Amino acid sequence: MTTIASRLKGRAELGFAALLGAVGAAVLIDASRLAVPYSQSDPVGPKTVPFIVGGLLVVCAVLLVVDVLRGGRGEAEGGEDVDLTHPTDWRTVLPLLAAFVLNILIIDIAGWVISGALLFYGSVWALGSRRYVRDVIISVALSLATFYGFYLGLGIRLPAGFLTGVL
Amino acid sequence: MDTLNLLMQGFATAATPMNLLYAFLGVLLGTAVGVLPGIGPAMAVALLLPLTYGLEPTSAFIMFAGIYYGGMYGGSTTSILLNTPGESATVITAIEGHRMAKAGRAAQALATAAIGSFVAGTIGTALLVAFAPPVVDFAVSLGPSSYLAIMVLAFIAVTAILGSSKLRGFASLGLGLAIGLVGIDPVTGQQRLVFGQPLLADGLDVIVVAVAIFAVGEALWIAAHLRRNPLSTIPVGRPWMGKQDWKRSWKPWLRGTAYGFPFGALPAGGAEVPTFLSYVTEKRLSKHKEEFGHGAIEGVAGPEAANNASAAGTLTPMLALGLPTNATAAVMLAAFTQYGIQPGPLLFDNEPDLVWALIASLFIGNTLLLLINLPLAPLWAKLLQIPRPYLYAGILFFATLGAYAVNLQAFDLAILLVLGLLGFAMRRFGLPILPLVIGLILGPRAEGQLRKALQLSGGDVAGLWSEPIAIGVYIAVAALLALPLVLALVRRRRPQAAAALAAAEGPTAAAAAVAEEPATDRAAARDRAAATDQAAAPDQAAAPDRAAAPAPEERQPHHKDSHSHEKESL
Repeated sequence: MTTIASRLKGRAELGFAALLGAVGAAVLIDASRLAVPYSQSDPVGPKTVPFIVGGLLVVCAVLLVVDVLRGGRGEAEGGEDVDLTHPTDWRTVLPLLAAFVLNILIIDIAGWVISGALLFYGSVWALGSRRYVRDVIISVALSLATFYGFYLGLGIRLPAGFLTGVL
Repeated sequence: MDTLNLLMQGFATAATPMNLLYAFLGVLLGTAVGVLPGIGPAMAVALLLPLTYGLEPTSAFIMFAGIYYGGMYGGSTTSILLNTPGESATVITAIEGHRMAKAGRAAQALATAAIGSFVAGTIGTALLVAFAPPVVDFAVSLGPSSYLAIMVLAFIAVTAILGSSKLRGFASLGLGLAIGLVGIDPVTGQQRLVFGQPLLADGLDVIVVAVAIFAVGEALWIAAHLRRNPLSTIPVGRPWMGKQDWKRSWKPWLRGTAYGFPFGALPAGGAEVPTFLSYVTEKRLSKHKEEFGHGAIEGVAGPEAANNASAAGTLTPMLALGLPTNATAAVMLAAFTQYGIQPGPLLFDNEPDLVWALIASLFIGNTLLLLINLPLAPLWAKLLQIPRPYLYAGILFFATLGAYAVNLQAFDLAILLVLGLLGFAMRRFGLPILPLVIGLILGPRAEGQLRKALQLSGGDVAGLWSEPIAIGVYIAVAALLALPLVLALVRRRRPQAAAALAAAEGPTAAAAAVAEEPATDRAAARDRAAATDQAAAPDQAAAPDRAAAPAPEERQPHHKDSHSHEKESL
């Protein structure tokens, strides 16, 4: 029991393997529900490829579990601004995600100028900028500039929301 | 002669003032976005796609041409002025380039990179002009079974050759294929993986997926590990080269081009191997061996040329076969399909104006790149100092905007978030991004060819290898898969012979050769990590049990120096 517990410790990758397996299973279940009309012109049918793909995912999931339990680990990706010496900083990521979700919820009602400005401001704040006045000015300027840029330059009407008639 | 006429017509289309303006804008934006740390060429193209929505296809592609070369060039500026390279293709440029910059020769390093990129890009594009028509002639004679075989080769090549873990590569490929399945089956009209959600019935927009994986995933990943003390950049004046620098640069430029183009044109060739090879070659041939590791100009000139020639090489299979071989080409291909244009041999017949205008604008864009970048280099250096909160908030902001502008529906943003989190998890757990993108884009087309092939054979499985080309390609696939197995077997029996054999292999040769050199600094140490990876890779595939618990000396550098060399030009 203790060996299993110690083995599981620090193996978040198993969660990813579970995700892979779940996606694979979803693909397989979905494929099994497809009706296959007999057809001379399509001997392969709509099921074959989903079965192959789902199978591939499930097999990968199983092999990944085996690999992780035996001590294999995926190599996290580096980059110019990436410092892998400290662990995932959820206090940055969660507010970022919150700003992103807020934008999804209000973009159609409040309009891009408001939701986009909130998205940018929220993200900048989450990433650690604390120059409130400058951040607000930049957020509003960016969302206004993109709103008019898309409208005048590309002919794409982003939603104006609450500000319909004002903009 | 005919080709030349077509090319001239292409120039006539591309050289109108309006189109020149688009090319100029493309180069400028591509370079600016490419210079920004954290943004590679693929993300640059994905983020800039919305700007081309309102344009007609020809102008849009002329702008793409500029963005493509601009983004490629921008990356090398970053790696010369900031030590840590963002993308694998410029890892080598960073080694000597950054040392030159530190020694006060940043201007020369940037100059040899810019002029080398221009030389290599021009020669590479000329080779594209020469090779694309014959490849097209060859490709139109291919049936569905051969196409399927070539796509299978592309899947296996990007998955099994690149990257340190084949298992994670295949997992990534499977995810990409699964995403590609979503939507209505084109043959029977049945919904697959739609889960009753009408907005999924048309399938996931490839642009939304690309922006999610490249931009949102990357921004979240960097945010989670943001360096709190940003790297110092080296200020630079206008790039220039002295007579001596020219003398030492022109041969490496040409040799780098010779390495880069063929590797770029191969599926899974990429830019890493030719830049390695070029670096090693220049080191061997140089009269100033002692300067290597302290900022040798040849070590910047050769790899930079190889990098850009490979970028041009990549366009050959992409335009002629519709086969993307790196992430940037895959995103460009997605953009093509957005316009209802299917790259492939028929493109040259159906849309000759468009193709040749695109090729002509590659020449134009390349020239503009040189003209713009030499005077603007000090400005680019300033871009590197942009406060990081603004940079990454900006990436999220523009990613959201771009994905939303495709269909103007908030649902796409939910998809963006979900797939962005997937991209984040993939970076966290070391899954390469490229197989996912290739699977997503080629998957549906491979399925189409599979069904066509078996339809022609009346359901007989032998229809899959009815053409000699198909058989040849499958043999190549088998060889690719078996090679590491054979190597491992030989190695287990005779360690000495295996080392020699491994050295004869292309990618491993470069890596191994770099590894032989004494480690003088951190950069060299990083190379060795990459080399050890590559050398270790065959073992891992062949013997899963050994792969799971590899020898400590094989694994260690890998973890410490997490510069994944397989990370495909993001």
